[in-house]
Amino acid sequence: MPATQNDAPARTIAPSTPTVANGQSGDPSRADGPTVRLLSPTGDFTPSAAADEYLPYLDRLSEADYRRFYRDMVVVRAFDTEAANLQRQGQLALWVPSHGQEAAQVGSAYATRPQDHVFPSYREHVVGMIRGLDVVDILRMLRGVTLGGWKPEDHGNFHLYTLVLAAQTLHSTGYAMGMQLDGSTGTGNPETDQAVIVYYGDGASSQGDANEALVFAASYQTPQVFFMQNNHWAISVPVSRQSRSPLYLRASGFGMPGVQVDGNDVLASFAVTAKAMDDARAGLGPSLIEALTYRVGAHTTADDPTKYRDPEQLAYWVARDPIERFRAYLRGRGIEQEFLDSVDEEAKDFASDTRRRALEIVGPEASVIFSNVYAEPHPLITEQEAWLRRYEASFEEGQK
Amino acid sequence: MTPTSTASVASAHLPMTKALNGGLRQAMLNDPKVILMGEDIGPLGGVFRVTEGLIKEFGDKRVLDTPLAESGIIGTAIGLAMRGFRPVCEIQFDGFVFPGFDQITSQLARMRNRHEGGLIMPVVIRIPYGGHIGSIEHHQESPEAYFAHTPGLRVVSPSNPHDAYWMMQQAIASNDPVIFFEPKSRYWPKGEVVYAESGIDLHSSRVVRTGSDVTVVGHGAMVSVLLQAADIAATEGITLEVIDLRSISPIDFGPILASVEKTGRLVVAQEAAGFVSVGSEIAATVAERAYYSLEAPVLRVSGFDTPFPPAAVETHFLPSPDRVLEAVDRALAY
Repeated sequence: MPATQNDAPARTIAPSTPTVANGQSGDPSRADGPTVRLLSPTGDFTPSAAADEYLPYLDRLSEADYRRFYRDMVVVRAFDTEAANLQRQGQLALWVPSHGQEAAQVGSAYATRPQDHVFPSYREHVVGMIRGLDVVDILRMLRGVTLGGWKPEDHGNFHLYTLVLAAQTLHSTGYAMGMQLDGSTGTGNPETDQAVIVYYGDGASSQGDANEALVFAASYQTPQVFFMQNNHWAISVPVSRQSRSPLYLRASGFGMPGVQVDGNDVLASFAVTAKAMDDARAGLGPSLIEALTYRVGAHTTADDPTKYRDPEQLAYWVARDPIERFRAYLRGRGIEQEFLDSVDEEAKDFASDTRRRALEIVGPEASVIFSNVYAEPHPLITEQEAWLRRYEASFEEGQK
Repeated sequence: MTPTSTASVASAHLPMTKALNGGLRQAMLNDPKVILMGEDIGPLGGVFRVTEGLIKEFGDKRVLDTPLAESGIIGTAIGLAMRGFRPVCEIQFDGFVFPGFDQITSQLARMRNRHEGGLIMPVVIRIPYGGHIGSIEHHQESPEAYFAHTPGLRVVSPSNPHDAYWMMQQAIASNDPVIFFEPKSRYWPKGEVVYAESGIDLHSSRVVRTGSDVTVVGHGAMVSVLLQAADIAATEGITLEVIDLRSISPIDFGPILASVEKTGRLVVAQEAAGFVSVGSEIAATVAERAYYSLEAPVLRVSGFDTPFPPAAVETHFLPSPDRVLEAVDRALAY
């Protein structure tokens, strides 16, 4: 399978397990491998052997859910493309594409309940959308008018993006510890019991914070799911440099269940996360999900993947596109073309509406520099704010 | 919020460790959201016994012996604060705070700002610090300037048991993160703790001895060194006005400026390295605001700009009363 081989030296550490030897995450297409997969790359419903225990979770999905999954994936990709364009045109400071990771994100997001808390990294735009965030709030941050941009409590408990890799894993674990301490989880009532899902990636998995979060989560048995999107690249560094073994196997070392899912299969991503979140709410402790996916675009608009990536590898993953796959599946189920067309239309409208609203974003006043540095009065801040006001007013007086 | 005490006696003669313990206990009694986190703080009561007995009284849901990971302690405390708790984290020794540095400076300090005021971060990080205890590497350092340099944090250091008792409660009641530096060498000397009142604001500096010739300023363990220096100076007919800084961020410059207006001379003492230090900030600010009162340049007495040395030579490194008086003499020579 040369297409998923990364460019690390092929030093064999375990000849008997060739998919492990190169730090590879395995072939998600293999029906007999460890990967939970429900849909084949061509959209056939052919569950892998590892998928058995997750099949019942599909019973929760209605026809409307299937349509919503598809709609959200298509809409966020159009949004993503438009946002990248905005950056190229100087309207955003930076853009962080999610192209290729839509299924992992949509599937996992729909496995959360309203009372759950979501700690994203910084690429989970559609997770925010599903939790009720206006994506223009994300653009405000990337346009440089705010460092945060939304109130989690008003947007489905979707917490702020965190730009220091893996820092949010610890915040999420602490938050989940708090749920335990205030008795909001594990009571046996799935309608009210809470849990946390935290998103991070293969690159962040090397950070100390990610590992410390797993230690704390296991020690305190937090109601928490670690959802790791292995998109195979940390900017220019392949996953083989982050790990010599499949990342989901790390879970057992921390003392929690770990599962590898085909992250380009929206149904499998949903089912695996639904079980993990159910278990977390029920008091069965934390678990780790490794979603195998691919960062089809650049890391950010400041990156150029053609300098370090094998086009063959990209082609391999583009052929496993999550949207194409799910569309083929829906077609097989007899979905009407009219629906698919209407989603394309909606996505186009969404993107152009986003562009219009992004251009209307108004910057804050300079006084925002001093707001909320502290909760309580601080003499230095008060003094400096007053000074800046006087200083800037002195120019206005001069013009009169 | 001014904490009030439920202690049944008016005052007690205690070492700082017991005063801190009493302050923690009182804060936990006042507010069920106050929880303690750290390494060895449960049945052992912390390596300095500051949390002794608290797990017995409040249980292991409020006194959390954590895994041995400082970033983990601070990072999860942030999550707990987001959830409405008021965590008090113990870092075992000064030199061990650095594994948690990112979580303190990039996360804890900025969380409220990033949330545009949508939340508070009432986290206290207790750090036993400073030398004079003859210990090994990473156990005698004074890293307060790093934290004072970080917007969003408040940094304080008590010098005596009474302040320790009250400042701990005030720090916990603060809705901002507070880095609470506990001077290890002052853990054991006893002092009077008065339970009736909190005294003064957490961020006030205080004149602890009046004098008219030279103002000397310091915090934490340095205050007792300054008082010793003042005793010696008095035998030579020189009176030092000693100011206990108490708060390192923000610094309450009022009493310092008022004193310099009177004495015209200022010596700032600290165990930390002098380059880009708390003392540098005081010197610069006093030069800006009390220029016409100064009869001499502001002088700093600091640890040297080296790693904290092997304990065998720490007395050569740490500012002593004599080193303070050497600077006092230089200031008076102008």
